[in-house]
Amino acid sequence: MDQKFTKMDEYALIMRHEDGTKIASPEQMQIWMKQTMDWIGDIAAKNKFVSGTGLLFDGAKVVGHGGVVTDGPFGEIKETIGGLIVVKADSVEEAIEFAKGCPVLQGEGNTMEVRRIAKNDGTH
Amino acid sequence: MEQPELIIHLFRTEYRKIVAVLCKRFGFDQIETAEDIAADTFVTAAQTWPMRGIPPNPVAWLYNVAKNKARNHLQRETVFNEKVGPELIHTSSGLYEQDIDLSPQNINDSQLQMMFAICHPSIPAEAQIGLSLRILCGFGIDEIAAAFLSNKDTINKRLFRAKEKLRGGKVRIELPGAAELDERLDPVLRTIYLLFNEGYYSVSQNQVLRKELCFEAIRLCYMLIDNRETNKPTVNALLALMLFHASRFEARTGKNRELVLYDDQDTSLWDTDLISRGSYFFHCAASGDTLSKYHLEAGIAYWNTQKTDSIEKWESVLQLYNQLLAIEYSPVAALNRTYALSKTRGKEQAIMEAEQLTLENYTFYFILLGDLYTGIDTEMARKNLLKALSITKNTPDKEAIRRKIDLL
Repeated sequence: MDQKFTKMDEYALIMRHEDGTKIASPEQMQIWMKQTMDWIGDIAAKNKFVSGTGLLFDGAKVVGHGGVVTDGPFGEIKETIGGLIVVKADSVEEAIEFAKGCPVLQGEGNTMEVRRIAKNDGTH
Repeated sequence: MEQPELIIHLFRTEYRKIVAVLCKRFGFDQIETAEDIAADTFVTAAQTWPMRGIPPNPVAWLYNVAKNKARNHLQRETVFNEKVGPELIHTSSGLYEQDIDLSPQNINDSQLQMMFAICHPSIPAEAQIGLSLRILCGFGIDEIAAAFLSNKDTINKRLFRAKEKLRGGKVRIELPGAAELDERLDPVLRTIYLLFNEGYYSVSQNQVLRKELCFEAIRLCYMLIDNRETNKPTVNALLALMLFHASRFEARTGKNRELVLYDDQDTSLWDTDLISRGSYFFHCAASGDTLSKYHLEAGIAYWNTQKTDSIEKWESVLQLYNQLLAIEYSPVAALNRTYALSKTRGKEQAIMEAEQLTLENYTFYFILLGDLYTGIDTEMARKNLLKALSITKNTPDKEAIRRKIDLL
């Protein structure tokens, strides 16, 4: 099993926010953008960046058991996903190192989830 | 422009347009919603652009996102109204199908109408300036607090109360009719004028911020001139006045940010482009039959852009100050008149006049007296400059005064 991990795997680095609804000042937004772009740039410079996407908070819905739809996730769920990037990494440790650089972690209570992506080619 | 800097730049130029259009669309009742949607649009940009790259047309992207957010808001509201009050269906359904109009024409109209709404006579001047900075100029609360040498809490409270007042007074976002236009234009012009002065004469040491305040005031005035209905002689006079003053912006502060008085300014730093633009609008101001204080002040400011020291210049300035003081007395105008007096009637006469003014805590009063006594009565010159030194709080100015004393 472990041997297969040494091949370059793809990992999703998922940003989890405690509260994504805070309105930031333009200065904070600028800092956030710069930090995020530098973070992604560092990974891309190692040719390990695959893709990234932000998830919008507004208009978010949570569909529950039995098809119950609520506005959310805020109010119901404390934590929400703000975005994710996909990277290539030699090991989960390397993916963790990438995740550590994410500016989201500057917010108290925020976390990064690191998940290896299933390859669907029978090798995992 | 680097990508992260772009968002601040766009916030400065586009936030106010989105707020004006949405607020016009929703009404003053929902001004906070309009502000939230506009701010939220930028949060969305900050969130997605680093991941996906800056879109090819960032402004169009922002407008689209703002439109969608506004539509969602209207839709939610309609659903709410239909559930809560079925009788409202007829008035509210279909509302959100109307497009949010972010065309250049509607942006301009909305901003102009907002200007009149914000400068409504029912709210105090201070609040009008604060709201203008926030809503028409897209300034952050921090910047407004810095401009007023105040703190965030005070500014927030002031803006909140002003909005309540506008809501309570059912102030409409529209241009006043022709009959009351002149009357309603007064507070608008006064706000622009105060906004400019806030930047030009402010005690704040933040040069960049001060300059920005001046140019925002000029921009708002341009908007009034761009509209046929509000393009009045007084508006042109105010614009000319501000352009003339702004032409000397660089020359007014020295290396150490101390204030450089008129006589000591390096005239090569005067901006000739702003002077000629000012002259153009001054010319446009000369139609009509009202002679406003802006006309007089623009006249004085015009002469101040003329480098040569002639009797004609100072005699004209003196007469303009005489008329200005007759329309509206202000201690600063009285002081400046004294300066003109010294140029036309000599220092002794000016000293006599100056000493009849009582401007106890005004640094420049004592600096002027010091200058007037220089070469006539060194002891009195020193006494006045020392007095100026004791009043002024800002270090660069203190140093400039000390240099004057040393030269006695």
